[in-house]
Order: sequence, then structure tokens, then C-alpha cells
Amino acid sequence: MSRIEARFAGLRGAGRTALIPYVTAGDPEPSVTVPLLHALVEAGADLLEIGVPFSDPMADGPVIQAACERALKHHVSLHGVLDMVREFRRRDADTPIVLMGYLNPVEVMGYEDFAVAAEEAGVDGVLTVDLPPEEAGELVGALKAHGIDPIFLAAPTSDAARIETMDALGGGFLYYVSFKGVTGANRLDVQAVADKLAEIRGHTRLPVGVGFGIHDPESAARVAAVADAVVVGSALVKRIAELADAPQRIPAEAPAVIAAMRAAMDEPFSAASA
Amino acid sequence: MATQADELEALMAQPDARGHFGPYGGRFVAETLMGPLEELRQAWEQFRADPEFLAELDEDLARFVGRPSPLYPARRWSDKLGGARVWLKREDLNHTGAHKVNNTVGQALLARRMGKKRVIAETGAGQHGVATATVAARLGMECVVYMGAEDIRRQAINVYRMRLLGAEVVSVESGSKTLKDALNEAMRDWVTNVDDTFYIIGTVAGPHPYPAMVRDFQTVIGREARAQILAQAGQRPDALIACVGGGSNAIGLFHPFLSDEAVAIYGVEGGGEGIESGRHAAPLCAGSPGVLHGNRTYLMEDADGQIIETHSVSAGLDYPGVGPEHAWLKDIGRVQYVAVTDEQALAAFHDLTRTEGIMPALESSHALAYAMQLAPTMKADQHIVVNLSGRGDKDIHTVAALEGIKV
Repeated sequence: MSRIEARFAGLRGAGRTALIPYVTAGDPEPSVTVPLLHALVEAGADLLEIGVPFSDPMADGPVIQAACERALKHHVSLHGVLDMVREFRRRDADTPIVLMGYLNPVEVMGYEDFAVAAEEAGVDGVLTVDLPPEEAGELVGALKAHGIDPIFLAAPTSDAARIETMDALGGGFLYYVSFKGVTGANRLDVQAVADKLAEIRGHTRLPVGVGFGIHDPESAARVAAVADAVVVGSALVKRIAELADAPQRIPAEAPAVIAAMRAAMDEPFSAASA
Repeated sequence: MATQADELEALMAQPDARGHFGPYGGRFVAETLMGPLEELRQAWEQFRADPEFLAELDEDLARFVGRPSPLYPARRWSDKLGGARVWLKREDLNHTGAHKVNNTVGQALLARRMGKKRVIAETGAGQHGVATATVAARLGMECVVYMGAEDIRRQAINVYRMRLLGAEVVSVESGSKTLKDALNEAMRDWVTNVDDTFYIIGTVAGPHPYPAMVRDFQTVIGREARAQILAQAGQRPDALIACVGGGSNAIGLFHPFLSDEAVAIYGVEGGGEGIESGRHAAPLCAGSPGVLHGNRTYLMEDADGQIIETHSVSAGLDYPGVGPEHAWLKDIGRVQYVAVTDEQALAAFHDLTRTEGIMPALESSHALAYAMQLAPTMKADQHIVVNLSGRGDKDIHTVAALEGIKV
């Protein structure tokens, strides 16, 4: 059983929804990332999503674009991100790590070389935003051969046949993009998400996480009531950006965003009333 | 065993059903756009075979764009160069001054057939933005054009032209603030407003079906040129030359000649300050394969897979990628891709202007600069067709500034 599967199985047993914070690796500078990841786990994160900075993040809104630009000022590369994962694993052998990014850095490293290096570093899942299932066969093969779960995005525009293809190719969990738009936009409609999740669950055995637009404890709790995982990116990255001039404060102060969501998600009344 | 005829036939049959030109092309976008791209492909497959749609397109190309564009024998310039006779395909005489409008007219008609009321576009120098704003004005569509903040500063006149035409021009402040960032931002708009919005991409790049669809709209250039040279010179051309940024004017000229193996074909990239300087815009000559903006193709990228900034005196060539069909034509050796420097392009700009009374765009001046190298190596009974893809009026300020003249 993969680390991601084990984590979801444990949460299911405890009746809890997974909380998955996203941070861009190396934002605002490389030394912050590993201490921040540990602090996020302490604040209640069940899995971690680490963004690989890219020069052209087409699916991201302004908050994560700016995070990529801050990280790239320090030339944070895919190799550098894998070094961070390796360092994180020295103190944490249990929390699953998902790399999220765009295809080109992986393409340039080579699929097989990447899969070998990611497995060795301790990566559990890889989500490549601009790689739909139609083009994913080769990378999926390399990842699976090295015990890494390929994680796919499902969208409001995905039909049943596409969900079934993702289910066949993917592992770990399915990441449902809650609306048509880019990360950080304020367009979340929880009822629409609940309706689509009911449809998606008819076509996949995978747990379904929901991301895009979850920006405060209330929206986290409402989505948690219908999803298996809640992914929080821009809301956390925005807090990191506010602290960018005092990076040493980030590991201590930024995780409060996640702790507040964790508390709201675990509050039985708010979950039940959503 | 594949015969030579089969191989030549295969040249014309690309891309495959999923938009691949050999290993290039494809559809590398976020999941949300996969459904809408498939819808677009189906609409295009339907209308490209619909006589009523094609008649409407032909009518617009004739009466609105002013086609066919002439094939002009550059006699004095040919005499001066010595060697082959040079013919200029006059896309500069189209309405709005460049080949871009062939494509925007087609995509806007398609958008209307699909019931979309809003069109968006990316633009670098502003030519595609102006061509999009123009057709949007004519069809009464809402139009938003994304343009890098740096390009807005450099191309103030085109920004004003677009606003006169009723378009909203959005300044893109992310990344390098140029064409590639404008394309990113247009994609973000499209993924957000995909229900009512049609994205008019300006070149033969992007996710399938754009590279094939934009090519289909631009091949009118090559079809006309083929008939014109047969009628005017009494023979087919020995060589074709076109500049390549994204590559839409080039593929438009080249495609109808691809299976004609006697025709040598040259694509000319922006060599900037020289390939060896590293400051250029020549992914086919000096880049490597990767994935950007929805397709796999040759890119200007670093060892970590980050896209790097390009440099060319011509804003229309200042793009780190290139259409996937060009990537494939390079690999199979059907088209030779070369680069000329800013300095060589400027020399050609002046030479043609003084000798023929035709002021070419700086993009097209790259193709002309290569003709200046090639023609003297050929015989007097041989013929070269150069795609004069746009007029140079938009570049007067750039040329003047380079020469220290205040206009």
C-alpha cells in the first residue's frame, strides 16, 4: 500500500477529511521550505503538496504566479525541489508528499531519470497540471514502475469517460478542480461541487480531493463535508507573501492559516451543517 | 515498403487525430480545457467541409481582406542581387497590413457559428491584436486583447488602434511582460470564461486543433502563390523563403508545396545579436524540445526546463517557441531552418525599401535578408518566392531609434 493510500485509509477509519496545504518550493527563499513543511504537519496537514516553480504557470492565478517568480529568483530547479523532499524525509517518514507543477521541467530531466530521483527522494505522488491523460501514458508508466502515484486533475468539464480514464491511469487520489478558472479565484460553489462529486464517485475507486477557491475556515469546512480531501494553496501562499520580507517568521506564523481550517473541518457541528 | 510517393503523401496528412506532427504538437493543457478543445476540433472539422462556411470565408477574404494578394516580380532587386529571380508574395497589401488577418477572419467566422459572443487574443507587436480587434468590430463581438506591459510600452500606436476598434487591451505584468506572458494570460481568461468565449490564437502553435486550424486558414497564401508563379513565370519556384516566429506565414506559404520535392524551402528565424551570443529568438536553430503553451515543440529553455527570454529586433519573432509542424519539418529535413541577425534584417529592410519602393515589416525583412544570401548562389533562370508577410509602417519608430533619429 502506498503512503498516500495508507494515509487515506487511516483518515477514513478516523472519520476525518484530509487537509492538504500547497506551498511553492523555495518561496520566498529556499531555506524556508523544509521548516515550513514540518510546521504545516504540526498545524494539521495530512499530506503536503509542493509546487515546482515554473516560468510560465498557465493554470495559476496571480498569487501562485508571484510565488513562482520569487522562487525562480533563487534558481530553484526540479533537482533543488527533490533535495528539499530528501531533507524533509530525514525527520518525517510518514507524511505523503505530492509534487505539483508543469510538465516541461520533468520533460527536460527525462521521465525515467525523474521517476528514479523522485522515488529515492521520498516523493509519493506527482501531479502535472498540463498533462492530461491522453498524453500521460509514458510518464505514468515511469512513475508507477517506481511506486509513485500519478495524480490527475478532474474538472467541471470532465465527462464520465474521462473520469474513468483517469481512474485507470491514476493513483493516490483524484484532484477535482472546483470551478472553471485559475488557482486563487473566488468562484467556489459548494453545492455545484457536491453534485459533481456525486457523479465522479460513480466512476472512480480513488478518494476525491477538492482544490481551487478554498480560502478560509468556513469554505474548508463546507468542502470537507463532501470531499475526501481539501487542498489549500493561494490562501496559504498569500500569507507567505505577506511575510516575504521576514522569511524567518514564516514557519512559525504562516501555518496558522492551516490550523484554523483544520479546527473548522474537525468541528462536528460545522461539518454536519454544511 | 513505403514508396517515395507515400512519404510525400504523408507530409500532407499531418497531424494525426490527436494533433501530433511526429513527436510534436498534441494537447498539453489543464483538464478544464480538454472538453472545450474537443468541441472546437469538432466544429472546425464540420465547417471546413461546409460549402456555405467556405463561401462566406472566401467572400470575406476577397472583399474585406483584399485577396488574392499579388505575386510581385522584384526586378530591380533581383538584378542587383544577381542570380535567381525573386518574387514577393504581397501579404503586406492585405487589410490591416499583414497575413494575420487571413486567420482572424476565419476564426471569427467560426466563433460566430459556434455561438460565441466574446473573442480574446494574445499579441506581441500588436499585429494579431489589431487583426482580431478589426474582425471583432466588424462582427459586433466583444474583444479583449492581452499584451505584455513591455510590448504596450514599445507599441503604443497599435495599442491605440485596437482601442479605436473597440477592443479592451489588458496589460500583462507577469513574467517577462512580453508575448509568452500575454499567451499565458489569454489562456487564463479562456479557462475562466470558456462557456461564452472563443480564443483566437494568432499563430500555428498551442494545443490541437490550433496548429492545424490556423495553418488551414493561412494556406491560402501558398495556394495563390502556386497558381500565380505558374501563370507568371511559367514554372514552379525553385525555392521558398519565409520568416518564422510562431510560424503561421511560413506554414501558409510552405504547406501547398511540401510534397513538391523539387522546391527547396527555407524558414528564417530571428538571430538577434547572433546565435553564438545566446541573445536570439531561434528555437529551431539553437533550442531543444519541450512542452509549452499546449504543445510539444522546440523551445528556448535552460537546463532546468525554465523558458528563457528571447531577443529580436522584430517583436513578431520574439517568441521562445515555434509551431509544432515546423519542429517536425526540421527533424525530417523537409525544410531548412536558418537564422539571420538583427543587423542583416535591417540591411534588407533598407535595401528593399530603396530598390523597390516597398517597405517590409522587420519580421519579413528576415526572409528578405536570407534571399540576399541565397539568390546570388542560384542561376538566372531559377525563381525564389519570398513571403512579404507584412508592411513596415509599424516599425518606422524602431528603425529610426536604432539609427539615432527622433521621429
